[in-house]
Amino acid sequence: MSDCLKTNGYLLMEDLANAPGVPSAERRKQGPVAIFECIQEIPCNPCEQACDKDAVRVGSKITDRPELNAENCSGCGKCVSACPGQAVFIVDESKGDEAYVTLPYEFLPLPDKGEIVLALDRSGSVLGEARIVRSRLLDSMDRTAQVTMAVPLEWSMQARFFKRKEA
Amino acid sequence: MKRRDLIIIGAGPAGLSAAIEAAQYGLDVVVYDENALPGGQLFKQIHKFFGSKEHRARERGFRIGQQLLEEAGRAGVEVVLGAQVIGLYDGLIVQVVRGDRIERVRANAVVIATGASENMVPFPGWTLPGVIGAGAAQTMANLHGVRPGNDLLMVGCGNVGVVVAYQMLQAGCRVQAMIDASRAIGGYGVHAAKVARTGVPFFLGHTILQAEGDGKVESATIAQVDERWQPVPGTEKTFAVDTICLAVGLTPATQLSRMAGCTMVNLPGLGGLVPATAQNGATSVPGLYVAGDAGGIEEASSAMIRGRLAGLAAARRQGFADSQAAESRGQELHESLDRLRGGPFGERIRAAEELMHKALEKEAACQTA
Repeated sequence: MSDCLKTNGYLLMEDLANAPGVPSAERRKQGPVAIFECIQEIPCNPCEQACDKDAVRVGSKITDRPELNAENCSGCGKCVSACPGQAVFIVDESKGDEAYVTLPYEFLPLPDKGEIVLALDRSGSVLGEARIVRSRLLDSMDRTAQVTMAVPLEWSMQARFFKRKEA
Repeated sequence: MKRRDLIIIGAGPAGLSAAIEAAQYGLDVVVYDENALPGGQLFKQIHKFFGSKEHRARERGFRIGQQLLEEAGRAGVEVVLGAQVIGLYDGLIVQVVRGDRIERVRANAVVIATGASENMVPFPGWTLPGVIGAGAAQTMANLHGVRPGNDLLMVGCGNVGVVVAYQMLQAGCRVQAMIDASRAIGGYGVHAAKVARTGVPFFLGHTILQAEGDGKVESATIAQVDERWQPVPGTEKTFAVDTICLAVGLTPATQLSRMAGCTMVNLPGLGGLVPATAQNGATSVPGLYVAGDAGGIEEASSAMIRGRLAGLAAARRQGFADSQAAESRGQELHESLDRLRGGPFGERIRAAEELMHKALEKEAACQTA
């Protein structure tokens, strides 16, 4: 475990290596799947309550970390908007040389489909250009929209936010 | 003098929850709040809450405020706004300013749920316009739709600091930096991560040296601190900001509990001086309870449960609640509170509760000696 989350506010890949909410590389290639970037023991379980496929478990001790059952996960994204920490992402590496990354987004206006944006990593550093595939905001999401962006496959586990290009 | 079964001071999450719980047992309840609007801090909390379904997790704070007000209305609770309680005599006589009158009302039980105030940290330039509490920034943006500034420095990386910084980003501010004298971010990592991934840098082990500007904040200078919290020369960094938000902790509002003669204990883990309380919020003054941040700094989710515990205790004391049913209800509430206080983030509260318990034992021993 690195100290990066405690000192810089973001996780490193090594911090996610043994997290119970992270799907295997093999599972990510099969199609959309949730990634729970939630590694501290905080009292919280809406992800579990949002999932109707029994794909994520917190258990009776609500400070336990979410554990993904990747076989049950369809990548539907209900947990993405339910998470008060905005710590759940959907990654789909089944699209050839692109990966689709779906992230929780609470800013207005929402980006347009097809818009070219700059993908950012967990530290907010610019990775490069990404294409918006979809913006979704349903009433059930309670204002936590979900934005899906297409990024080069090698960024699938880095790209977690985006910024819009100056108009 | 008028009499009421229960008077609650403060219509925030703790006070409203205490009112709802007590009214359910048939008590005649009045809630006084000095503000023009009820809800305490809830209506500026636009983020989704943590916890479990029983704690209203994933609901946004302002919606929880609306729900509590509706529930209080349905339960027949009277909420009196613009009513400032200025005195508490014998623990149960409440002196309240309403408009241009001062009234005294006698209660069979009182719950103090007056919340907390933000701490400030003085530094050269801290009186310049543009230096504000994080709570003030939240009030401006989320209640009044006013952006506090364009370029912001956040001092403090506890949950208030990281949550408010994110809300300032949502309001369209640029957050230039997050700083904290501590070596580690005190708030939840997931909250910090939401801010970090937008590109905001964190400077832990840093303090603010001064704010500069002609008649208003124009820049702020920070520096690293050594292990004795002293600034390290040569590590200064200056940011062009027009707003400095202070999120450096909260202090329980204890004016009324001190005035009522409650036994007080100093517990830094709870934010400083707090009334010594049993687990249901009962103070050393019979019939006087405290709930929420007024009894120790925690969060809205736990304030709601602590409010319910105090409301239940007030109902039991007056014989409104059947003891067996009340016993199991109390048990249920305590378990719910324990679930929130689990894990490493609950350690501060658990340790402080332990100290509170020891202080009470010592007090009891002194009285019998």
